[in-house]
Amino acid sequence: MYRLEYIIRRLIMAIAVLISVSIVTFFIARVVPSDPAAAWVGSHPTEEQVAQARETLGLDRPLYEQYFRYMQGVLHGDLGKSVKTHQPISTDLKTFFPATLELVLVSMLIAIVFGIPLGVFSGAGKGSLLDHTTRLLAIAGVSIPTFWLGLILQLIFFGRLGFLPLNGRISTEIALYDPISQMTGFYLIDSAITGNWVAFKDALLHIILPAFTLATYPLGLTIRMTRSTMIEVLNEKYILAARVAGISERAILFILALKNAIIPTITVLGLSFVYSLTGAILVEVVFSWPGLGTYVTNAVLSIDFPVIVSVTLLVTVFYVFINLFLDLAQAMIDPRVTL
Amino acid sequence: MTIAVRPDEIGEPSPARLKEYHLMLRAFRRDPLAVVSLVMIIVFILGAIFAPVLTPYPEQGRGEPNILEKFQPPSRVHLLGTDYLGRDVLARILFGARSSLSIGFLVVFIAVAIGIPLGAIAGYYGGLIDDIIMRTTDMFLAFPPLLLAIAIAAALGANFTNAMIAIAFTWWPWYARLVRAQTLSLRKLYFIEAARSIGVSDFTIIIRHILPNVLTPVLVQATMDIGGAILTGAAISFIGLGVQPPAPDWGKMISTGRIYFIERPWFAGSAGAAIFLVTLAFNLLGDAIRDVVDPRTRRAA
Repeated sequence: MYRLEYIIRRLIMAIAVLISVSIVTFFIARVVPSDPAAAWVGSHPTEEQVAQARETLGLDRPLYEQYFRYMQGVLHGDLGKSVKTHQPISTDLKTFFPATLELVLVSMLIAIVFGIPLGVFSGAGKGSLLDHTTRLLAIAGVSIPTFWLGLILQLIFFGRLGFLPLNGRISTEIALYDPISQMTGFYLIDSAITGNWVAFKDALLHIILPAFTLATYPLGLTIRMTRSTMIEVLNEKYILAARVAGISERAILFILALKNAIIPTITVLGLSFVYSLTGAILVEVVFSWPGLGTYVTNAVLSIDFPVIVSVTLLVTVFYVFINLFLDLAQAMIDPRVTL
Repeated sequence: MTIAVRPDEIGEPSPARLKEYHLMLRAFRRDPLAVVSLVMIIVFILGAIFAPVLTPYPEQGRGEPNILEKFQPPSRVHLLGTDYLGRDVLARILFGARSSLSIGFLVVFIAVAIGIPLGAIAGYYGGLIDDIIMRTTDMFLAFPPLLLAIAIAAALGANFTNAMIAIAFTWWPWYARLVRAQTLSLRKLYFIEAARSIGVSDFTIIIRHILPNVLTPVLVQATMDIGGAILTGAAISFIGLGVQPPAPDWGKMISTGRIYFIERPWFAGSAGAAIFLVTLAFNLLGDAIRDVVDPRTRRAA
């Protein structure tokens, strides 16, 4: 009963947050820039053109009416048009969002595959050389500018060693001769489903560097979190009992202890997932990755507000839902959670 | 029934508290990483202040091109080489430290200046005021910080002040929450109740008795945040918002040096190393201060 009340309150809160988020983004888009109508028309507009643009964009109407019209559009999946290209933003997002999502998911996979074992060993051998090294790596991971790390990885693996591509999502030749048929928008999945292994290998080689760059932050967090909860769990009596019973050390660490230590780590992974969605902006610029980040930075340079605001809105909605999901999941697992 | 009141519950520095500070200082000095990072921060601050004296090329540091010497690799004349306009990279780094360090300190300062009063008011009065302030922080925390900062900075226009305002805007809610939580627990203590019962005004109680007691956790958080603020500031100017050329800035140096990086890595590379070292130093220092202040993690002295 109590839990149900918590869930309902949390849902209402999420809806209130979404509404206020839409008001803030609307405000940034329509009120702050000097004149959206002039931006729409382009350079050297005549007064007539601007007046006409004002009417087309609905800028001559009262502010609250503009907001409701804007929201009506958003709820129907219409985010307006880019000021620069006059293309519908929702169409652009359909091609850019999967690219970013694929990059983020691969980097999360890297964080899990490397982060959890490193955290387990580092926690089990508290104070060892491995422990000190991983702690230092973890703090370096949250201090390093990803856009600089990306450049260094390019210099080493493309410039010096030459076995990974410099940037982009797929080679031009592959895109021309073995094109990937678009289904999910995830190149790795689409090429695997259609058995296009040439393209799969190429897409995989392209995603390695940006994904590792983006993974540094979640990797650092995962290691730190797993380490500290492992230290706590390993002091419990049931671990001692397992040792006395002669269960192998590996089984104790990775089955008995990790089972309890993994819950906080999952929360951290969820939080770093949403962090990576925005962290990807910088990494995408370095690797010319055709995703949301490249889209939004180009919009910043051409002062294309509808695009900036739509990307902000999309990612924020994602952000709110993941936070909601994490809170609800935690409430399911841990009955002590309150608002 | 007698109630034991410790001297520091009255809000005055007690011998016990002085001894506490002494212990903290000793624990801090024993942590080599903390001392190294403090020294590193001081070196960067001095470098920023004395930039015009430290480099033989102050005018290049400020942005004057020197096209005849462009793309020089590091040498005795130019310790870190020259950039695509022939400017001495070390001079650019020293002058660039000014904008990066000031954005770090100012962002945290603004965030603290907004967060402390709002958090203290919310925690002290409770009720409707508390609800309004806390729901506002919820709203701001609902945004991914970097993206909100980009959107605000873009809306305000690309320059140093706007970038700073935009980042501070995404940072203050954390301080409001922190201070509110501290105030809530302080409010229940006897010395606050005693002050109220003898008719001390709310304003005086907040200033004289609540604020001094919330400063330590705020200070710890602030040290940890300066590194993050510097990193975010660099990211914002890397994207093209923030400090505009020819003014020196680390994030900008990376974005302009990016296209030459494979052949001539020294200028974008040095700027990135500077950002990394400063951020790392502040994060290590923040970690160390937290360990020292929190007696649970302090190593036995």
